[in-house]
Amino acid sequence: MSGKTTGNGGPPATLDDPHLLPSAKNPKRMEALAALAMLIGIAGFAAFIVVYWINASNYWEAATLGIGMLGLGVGVIAWGKYLMPQGPFVEERHDFHSTDDERASFNAAITGRGGLEVTRRKTLLGIFALGGGIMTLALLIPGVRSLGPKPAKSEDTYGTTDNSLFTTNWKKGAKLVTVGGREVQYDDLVVGGVLTVFPQGFEGSSPDQVILIRLAQLGPNQQIQTMQPPGKPEWTAGGYVAYSKLCTHLGCPVGLYQEKTQQLVCPCHQSIFNVNAGAIPQFGPAPRPLPMLPITIDATGQIRANGSFDQAVGPGFWERP
Amino acid sequence: MIDKSLNWIDDRLGVAKGGRTFLDKIFPDHWSFMLGEIALYSFVILLGTGVFLTLYFVPSGHEIVYHGSYVPLRGQRVSEAYASTVGLSFDVRSGLLMRQAHHWAADIFLGAIAVHMARVFFTGAFRKPREFNWIVGTLMLILGIVNGFLGYSLPDDLVSGTGIRIAFSIIESIPVVGSYLGFFLFGGNYPGSGIIIPRFFTIHVLIVPAIIVGLLAAHLGLLVKQKHTQFPGKGKTEHNVVGSPMFPTFMAKTTGFLFVSAAVIFLLGGFAQINPIWQFGQYEPYQISYAVQPDWYMGWLDGALRIMPSWEWVGWGHTIPLEVFLPAVIFPGLIFNILIVWPFIESVWTKDTEYHNLLDRPRDRPKRTGAGAAMLTLLFAVFFASSTDVMANFFQLPLIDVLWFFRFFVPIAPIVAYFITVKICQEMAEAEGIGKRKRANVVERSTVGEYTTTETPVRPGDEHEELEAVPVPTFIDTSDPELATAAGVRRVIR
Repeated sequence: MSGKTTGNGGPPATLDDPHLLPSAKNPKRMEALAALAMLIGIAGFAAFIVVYWINASNYWEAATLGIGMLGLGVGVIAWGKYLMPQGPFVEERHDFHSTDDERASFNAAITGRGGLEVTRRKTLLGIFALGGGIMTLALLIPGVRSLGPKPAKSEDTYGTTDNSLFTTNWKKGAKLVTVGGREVQYDDLVVGGVLTVFPQGFEGSSPDQVILIRLAQLGPNQQIQTMQPPGKPEWTAGGYVAYSKLCTHLGCPVGLYQEKTQQLVCPCHQSIFNVNAGAIPQFGPAPRPLPMLPITIDATGQIRANGSFDQAVGPGFWERP
Repeated sequence: MIDKSLNWIDDRLGVAKGGRTFLDKIFPDHWSFMLGEIALYSFVILLGTGVFLTLYFVPSGHEIVYHGSYVPLRGQRVSEAYASTVGLSFDVRSGLLMRQAHHWAADIFLGAIAVHMARVFFTGAFRKPREFNWIVGTLMLILGIVNGFLGYSLPDDLVSGTGIRIAFSIIESIPVVGSYLGFFLFGGNYPGSGIIIPRFFTIHVLIVPAIIVGLLAAHLGLLVKQKHTQFPGKGKTEHNVVGSPMFPTFMAKTTGFLFVSAAVIFLLGGFAQINPIWQFGQYEPYQISYAVQPDWYMGWLDGALRIMPSWEWVGWGHTIPLEVFLPAVIFPGLIFNILIVWPFIESVWTKDTEYHNLLDRPRDRPKRTGAGAAMLTLLFAVFFASSTDVMANFFQLPLIDVLWFFRFFVPIAPIVAYFITVKICQEMAEAEGIGKRKRANVVERSTVGEYTTTETPVRPGDEHEELEAVPVPTFIDTSDPELATAAGVRRVIR
């Protein structure tokens, strides 16, 4: 590595070499340019302090800081590129693997001492390994188990929306309300209108979100007889139909309703659901229809749930039957 | 003075010998070696701006009433995370600059890693003895993507909240353990007990950065120990490194490059708006926006989800949502595993167990280059598939047609790309005069308008093939003043 080697690929260029860059012929000029760039940089940083002081906009902050860093950077790069020793210089590589002797001795240490201790006291080694394994397990149990509740195994297991993927807060008789808590009435929507609703008392809750669509102008006790399977006409009321708003693909809110084509579109991954046929997916990655919420309209015109969903809402998971 | 303090340090630490070797370390001069530096320096900016952000960001899903200076939001109930991010942007001086610079630095970090990795791949720099460093780099890429997603999720705005919802559903899709993993991570069913933002915060600012710093140290340590690869050429052999020394030349250039990288990031941070969360609004699980895109490095996963057919498997009382599990878990898992084991696949395939310090030219390895082109084509194809809705709008085509196009394009395009690339490489290898150093022609126009072409005079090295090694000077000698000066001006136009 050390030692004086002037190179055997020809002498270093002399100053009258026609191939020399101007910077090499006239280093003083390059030095002045590098200094100028760095001075502009310093001016930029000074300006940044002023800009901060007078609380100007972030544009001024970025501009001054950017000029400062650019100036300083360009100056020091020019210094390095044009004025410092330029290669090519050579560094020899050395084999970084060990010699055969060193390898043999390393191997011998492992197998030799191992042969003595590890194979001779197999029982001790076994107990120690067992202990290490049990310790890991013992530490992992609180480390993982404390993180959250266990998910409910099935629909029958008692669960709340916090610990069960099967449960929602919809019950027979629950009032449909807006996120602001306003009760939704029979004549609230015109045909083609949509509204996001929740069971009263659970406004804004993720698993409970339902999209209420008015498909037809019918009387409060009339059902949409044209509803095709898997939709159920008897689960509609007054021309209204209600679907879970959680996409069965990845749980995004299915928020786009195209009245012209009678389709619900999920803006995340473009699954398309047919609202006239129980929200069956017509295209896209969603595998299942949006679960339908049975609704009814009471004597006062209040829209109410006539039961809960007949299946888990949202995307699929292992425990789902 | 310097002598004395160096001696004082060396008495205690014994750094002189290794220090000299370190200062003499040679860096090959090639522009493509800067790509990794861009990644390194954007990571430095990420750490710096990130520390600034932690001083003001409140990692909490707790709801408060907003009272800051952004008028449209006043009086609304928002989470502390969202309110503090808006406050960070409008009420903390220089806060918006730091926040946007942080976001831009993350996008540039991952972009630089991707391009750096492509360079390493196509030139065969991952071959023996550098397989470990390839794996370490791939792990940093994975962690970078994860941390990018987590950081992007912290402000609790409408767009990022939708991303968290999708992440929960993807975890849910894993057979047998999916719902357990999701419940443990989120502290219950989605949206969880408000604990997800503090948890993401800890992972984002502590756990992942600490691992990345450790891997980075290993990456650079291995680079110093194993020394750089280099392109073949004048004086370059398998047994040397030709270039500029660590001190002072490379140090000056790379320090300058750090400043320039920082300048670009801060200029972007000030002038190019990114993630204006005050326009998106607070996340509510029942709200959604149209044409929402994740950060660029998540696009390929989103695209894969979009074009997947709805193949849910149901049986024996269980459901496997293959339409989610395949594109969002298996697909990235496969891609990252192929990346990690590629050096070993290649060495088994080529039966090559030699050391390689000289880089390949991509055209000389048609099959590897073809495989790389196929991989990039696949990733770009699914990336573009993540904007099907925007494309359908832009080109006035039915959304369904655009989706069907990508369902065919994504599997077919990589195969086509492979064969085209292999063919191009083979054609190039057969071209005449390839590998020869090119001589410039001087074209002159005489007074009567006649053109003449003369070849430039022969320069040293012209008679050699490009790949042939010609000896070059080996060391800067500062003891001889004449030579030392000459060394400073050895810059000849080639």
